[in-house]
Amino acid sequence: MEETIRFKLNNKETELVTDPNQLLLWVLRNHFGLTGTKYGCGIGFCGACTVLIDNEAVRSCMLPVSEVAGKSVVTIEGLAVDGKLHPVQQAFVDHDALQCGYCTSGMILTAVALLNKNDAPTRQDIVDGLEDNLCRCGAHTRIIDAVGEAARVMKGGK
Amino acid sequence: MKKSVRKTDITSAEASSGMKRRSFFKILGGGIFIFFQPWNALDLLALPAEQARTLTKDYNAFLQIAEDGTVSCFTGKIEMGQGIITSLAQEMADELGVPLEKVKMIMGDTDLCPYDMGTWGSLSTRSFGPNMRAAAAEARAILTEMASARLGVPVTQLEVKEGVVTDTKNPRNSVTYAQLAKGKKLEKYMDVKPPVKDSSRFTYVGKPLMHSDAHDKVTGKAIYAGDLKLPGMMFARILRPPSHGAKLVSADVSGAEKMEGVRVVRDGEFIAVLSENRDLADLAIVQINAKYSFNEMKVSDKTIFDYINKGKYRTNVSRTAGDIEAGRAQSDRVFEHEYHDPYLAHTPIETHTALARFEGDKLTVWASTQSPFGLQDEIVRDLGLSRENVRVITPFVGGGFGGKSAYLQGLEAAKLARMTGKPVMVAWTRDEEFFYDIFHPASVVKVNSGIDKNGKITMWDYHVYLAGTRGAEVTYDVPNTKVTSYGEDKAVYPVHPFGTGPWRAPNNNTNTFARETQIDIMASSAGIDPLEFRLRNLKDEKMIACLKSAAEKFGYVAGKTPSGRGIGIACGQDAGTWVAEIAEIKVDKSTGKVSVVRVVCSQDMGLCVNPQGALIQMEGCITMALGYTLSEELKFEGGNISDRNFSTYNIPRFSWLPKIDCVILDRKDQAPQGGGEPAIIAVGAAVGNAIFDATGARLFTVPFTPERVLAALKKT
Repeated sequence: MEETIRFKLNNKETELVTDPNQLLLWVLRNHFGLTGTKYGCGIGFCGACTVLIDNEAVRSCMLPVSEVAGKSVVTIEGLAVDGKLHPVQQAFVDHDALQCGYCTSGMILTAVALLNKNDAPTRQDIVDGLEDNLCRCGAHTRIIDAVGEAARVMKGGK
Repeated sequence: MKKSVRKTDITSAEASSGMKRRSFFKILGGGIFIFFQPWNALDLLALPAEQARTLTKDYNAFLQIAEDGTVSCFTGKIEMGQGIITSLAQEMADELGVPLEKVKMIMGDTDLCPYDMGTWGSLSTRSFGPNMRAAAAEARAILTEMASARLGVPVTQLEVKEGVVTDTKNPRNSVTYAQLAKGKKLEKYMDVKPPVKDSSRFTYVGKPLMHSDAHDKVTGKAIYAGDLKLPGMMFARILRPPSHGAKLVSADVSGAEKMEGVRVVRDGEFIAVLSENRDLADLAIVQINAKYSFNEMKVSDKTIFDYINKGKYRTNVSRTAGDIEAGRAQSDRVFEHEYHDPYLAHTPIETHTALARFEGDKLTVWASTQSPFGLQDEIVRDLGLSRENVRVITPFVGGGFGGKSAYLQGLEAAKLARMTGKPVMVAWTRDEEFFYDIFHPASVVKVNSGIDKNGKITMWDYHVYLAGTRGAEVTYDVPNTKVTSYGEDKAVYPVHPFGTGPWRAPNNNTNTFARETQIDIMASSAGIDPLEFRLRNLKDEKMIACLKSAAEKFGYVAGKTPSGRGIGIACGQDAGTWVAEIAEIKVDKSTGKVSVVRVVCSQDMGLCVNPQGALIQMEGCITMALGYTLSEELKFEGGNISDRNFSTYNIPRFSWLPKIDCVILDRKDQAPQGGGEPAIIAVGAAVGNAIFDATGARLFTVPFTPERVLAALKKT
């Protein structure tokens, strides 16, 4: 019951023959070697597995790969362009907005999706937008600062 | 800033296990090596016999200066977000006199790094750091002597800067460390050496530096155990019992065996399914039809404290001074209270994960663990392998908090690699992570205390059940004191239906909550401002300085409690560090919901190696503390853990954040102390005391859930 699934992955057209029920998380990690997308809870609660699908932040741990057919998937590995970090990535570095780093990919991609929709978020907008992404190390205050800074940089750069 | 991230690539492990001295050099090439030699017998005696091992025969190096001038710094410690990958490199760079970007950290590799019990207890900076600096000082001395011979000038005429040794009388006459190391394979063993540079000469230490691993972590390049992949690797799922009291009666594995691409293995009760496809392993494990018998302990999260109170324990009086009864007689008022603290889960976002591979007799395990050498020992014991045939490598660890001082998953991967002859990845699900967690133990503290008419504490009779004595110091200047600790005696009265273990600043949260709440109760009863009451009863200058500094940062205005303002104070010591915290909160009296508005924390941690890293740890501690303070409490019935995911076990989120202000007292002249844990200990008591200040309601059990707050409000 394998199917051919075509989609755009980190801006490159790709196809894969697989059981369409395989979860996107494992396909990304084990088939494509994109291990920046992490398993955290398996039920979409923690956000460590977040990727962008057509610019929306989506949890890949419960999503059958067939769902992304014809769509565009961006993982943390595809965010930097020509080696230049995305402003959100750069702000996370500049603000030391991480500790163990395990939730970081999901945090960054969730923030990118948030800023794509709202280019001048208030602090409360950022808190609301990231509320369902869990970090156990307690990097929260710095993550909020980093996302706010990234928003300013992105807006200024336009 | 340049990176100095360690490499954990598979290729460097190809020469892999069964390390003999020769292959150690084969992996690392030439250069100058400084080896570990334990010079302090007391250090050895301090280790449990089992773990002291054969340190004297340990050939692992502290540091290598390679032919290209790169300095590899070897440590058995691991990086799990606490930032020592940066701060230890800072210390090494300073002591050796090289640019920071030349320092490469090699961490948690049992074949390459000096033996280390485990990364816990906030010991990396205060215990490993000085040893590493001594090794670096030794290396600098050796290099300077080599330079002296090469340049033809006495050592006293030489200066080291940025990895270059220069003749001070003729700056053109110089030689680099790289040149000195070139073509050499020089081994030096460390003897007793006095440390080391004085702090005024530091270039990097004391400077706030950003995490050196940040770039790799924001691009997804940082490698954790679960990110590794080997040819032929299989993902394993292991059959788990429904509860800790359950015993397997029968298991029908035929359903799983029928699945294409799935392999089933069994050794007694240990049953696993494996597949090269992770999804298939997940599907196969639920095809096993297993039956269990149950013999559950009759205790739950609702009855645990009564259960603890009925127990019989091993008793240990850890401190006694004066006479409690005499103190009681001198008291104007006495206070008797009981404090409860539930089981807590660690919930690092990375679950326990390990990859194991045999090559012939030689086993390599890549594991997310706080104790690579502990796992190595366990595998040696359990699988009957020789130590030189077991290598444990620790890639980046996705959070530990004490939970990854246990390493069952590494043992499971090793067993399965042997049973299948394949490389095997064991990556626990969140359900397994909860089930096999070594939880912070539920505990009870009973305090009897008294004060005289002047608000001086006359008596302190402290009884702590199952939480041990970390943080149980009296702290205050009290003439009549007794501290009694009651530990579980499993043969007589088993308490915990599942594993327990260290949880960030193990049990200090419990003891500090009990002590600082009791202090607050006495202050309020005496009609004295809680800060003034503490200062009046303290002789400990460091504690006093922390309290005063926190009060200043907070803009604290004295007042008797309850003042209606919602401000609470608490203080304590952990890992050699003193900490004082002031919390400001709001209580919604209709719902019982507590919001923490602001936390100020002042800390005396001796010399602060990386102020930026230390600050981040303080912020992290305070944020994590909101969990044990407001929401975290493991639900269970007997050995059946009810909380199996984040859907019911609530850890802190963005909307919970208070404004956090931290102060690190300037103590450059003092030895560095722990930084990863202390700031977590006083948040519970500070918030509880603030709830009392806001409402007059006193809470004796953490966490302060809306239900508990409403119940306490009813009593006011």
